[in-house]
Amino acid sequence: MPPFPEAAKSATENSQMRHNLRLATDTIRGKRESAVSELDDWSDLRQAGKAVKDRTLRHLDTYLEQLEESVTAAGGTVHWAADAAEANEIVTGLVQATGESDVVKVKSMATQEIELNEALAQAGITAYETDLAELIVQLSDDLPSHILVPAIHRNRAEIREIFRDRMASWGVPAPEELSDDPRALAEAARVHLRERFLDTKVAISGANFAVADSGSMVVLESEGNGRMCLTLPQTLISVVGIEKIVPTWSDLEVFLQLLPRSSTGERMNPYTSTWTGVTPGDGPQEFHVVLLDNGRTDVLADTVGRQALRCIRCSACLNTCPVYERTGGHAYGSVYPGPIGAILTPQLRGTASETEASLPYASSLCGACYDVCPVAIDIPEVLVHLREEVVSQPGHRAEKAAMGVAGWVMGGERRLDTAQRAASAARSFMPRRMPGPASAWTDTRDIPDIPAESFRSWWRREGAEQAPDPGGGEHGPDAQEGGRR
Amino acid sequence: MSGSRERVLARVRAALTDVPRDETPQDVDVPRGYAPDHDQGEAVGLLVDRLEDYQALVHRTTPADLAGELARALARRGAYRVAAPADAPGEWFAHTERDVVRDTGLGVADLDGMDGVVTGCAAAIAETGTIVLDAGRAQGRRALTLIPDYHLCVVRADQVVAGVPQALPRLDPRRPLTWISGPSATSDIELDRVEGVHGPRTLEVLIVE
Ligand code: SF4
Repeated sequence: MPPFPEAAKSATENSQMRHNLRLATDTIRGKRESAVSELDDWSDLRQAGKAVKDRTLRHLDTYLEQLEESVTAAGGTVHWAADAAEANEIVTGLVQATGESDVVKVKSMATQEIELNEALAQAGITAYETDLAELIVQLSDDLPSHILVPAIHRNRAEIREIFRDRMASWGVPAPEELSDDPRALAEAARVHLRERFLDTKVAISGANFAVADSGSMVVLESEGNGRMCLTLPQTLISVVGIEKIVPTWSDLEVFLQLLPRSSTGERMNPYTSTWTGVTPGDGPQEFHVVLLDNGRTDVLADTVGRQALRCIRCSACLNTCPVYERTGGHAYGSVYPGPIGAILTPQLRGTASETEASLPYASSLCGACYDVCPVAIDIPEVLVHLREEVVSQPGHRAEKAAMGVAGWVMGGERRLDTAQRAASAARSFMPRRMPGPASAWTDTRDIPDIPAESFRSWWRREGAEQAPDPGGGEHGPDAQEGGRR
Repeated sequence: MSGSRERVLARVRAALTDVPRDETPQDVDVPRGYAPDHDQGEAVGLLVDRLEDYQALVHRTTPADLAGELARALARRGAYRVAAPADAPGEWFAHTERDVVRDTGLGVADLDGMDGVVTGCAAAIAETGTIVLDAGRAQGRRALTLIPDYHLCVVRADQVVAGVPQALPRLDPRRPLTWISGPSATSDIELDRVEGVHGPRTLEVLIVE
């Protein structure tokens, strides 16, 4: 992957992608705001969500052992993976032990992070993605661009072409007369995957939450592909990051309110499945959890950066970020895009390479991501902290990374304008002089003085007349409400 | 594998040297100032409103009229063969002439051939328009409500709670749970919402008061 500035530059030149992305982030942002404003205790829920996760992280060893005990007591098997290679090895071995060569998958960021599908392919095992967006991404040999709606960079005409060209080589072909109506496309996906669901003996999932005291796994989804994978196969393997734990069953009362409203802007997502070990006569009779470290303990060791592990992957920070809206997810060079990616990826992988070193600069520090985060991760604080880390390393890498991003953000008058106004949001996040080693950089350069106007007010006022999109997708949808009426 | 268990746990402990040795999880304060529910209206009416918002079909009925209402729903749907859990009350089906197949181990292909499924539920949450199934009485195993394309669900008024925090204590985590909030849906294509992908594309709810 090229470092963020270069990737961002090429991404912003793709007007179709920007058009689709702006529409998506705009729509989801609006839905989220109305779903959140329905709950007058949102800030209490947010405080509780933050505190429950902090409690978990500060005592993670205790909770990991408790989870292992409860899963085992419920008839599941727990495996531990220090890194991606080990996790892939464990999963491959488990699939091989079943004698099967096909697996169905529920959308899972952890398995993308470890590139499980590629590892399985090397062992002659085909992993079929079953979430509609992931299916689109898989069929077109593409990469996800958004946590929640991974194929949002594709429009309906492109999706029709992908289905027509590629479905046949993965199974049931698309119908001859496939139109680009989303209903027809969803129906084609239903038919394409139906037999697969009914026949496949092994499924692989992630989990949104793993409950330590009960041993329950929780998956939130919309389409029912998750239910299919979690229910019909004989063997279920869940790959779960060690930070996904919540201490108790009743703690879910916080997260089942925070996550759907922050994520899709719904009061509740259509389907949530919870399961605990195995249940005789109902669902998979063999259940494995693979607990994944893969850099998470490095994040945990950093007392400032640790808060990134509170993330529940709602994607609200992506949808509100002016930088993400312009670059899309691919520019971040990782499965974790947007503001959370900018702090999580460099911590998981370290900042030795250029891509990771540039990510802490992929932000104007406007603070909008912190405002919307349901577990109150202070992303700007961690960004500044990581910039210090980059700066303290030998060489002039920070300078290069920072100027690369600044050059891109300020490359056009309009972008400069946007960045400045966006940055005015939370001036408290925008240090006049960066602390620590980074001060050497800020001391010789002015951070532009910015009028005190909140990001939100700017957004409301200016959002509508954001840079019109030259040549933006002719197949782009009308401004219809994406959600429930 | 046990090697990695110790390795990961050791790394976690090494990462947490800033946490005082005598700190317990309970020492990390969790403020629980949030509300058990949000006073958004009378529970059953609210549930109806939320479910309809999800494009579910909803009817309010009484114990005496339930069998008639259920028969009419199946007739409207044009469902001729419907599956039902083995322990669903016989009275539910007193007025329907349709073929009700009790699930005593139907295969997935059999389920795929059904025109629908009729079940009860364990709880319902008004504010979020959610019905929770726990594989308990009159609910059957999870595959039963997943494979047929039409799900008719009977909810008793005393199963309805207002908010999410009121539902969790009623539910047993050891059971496999399915929380259903409207029919299957996707917004993956240009965020255009389509009801129905892999789960039942039609959800119909009878609330018995
Ligand atoms: S950082 Fe916060 S807002 Fe962003 S995805 Fe994670 S939980 Fe959501």
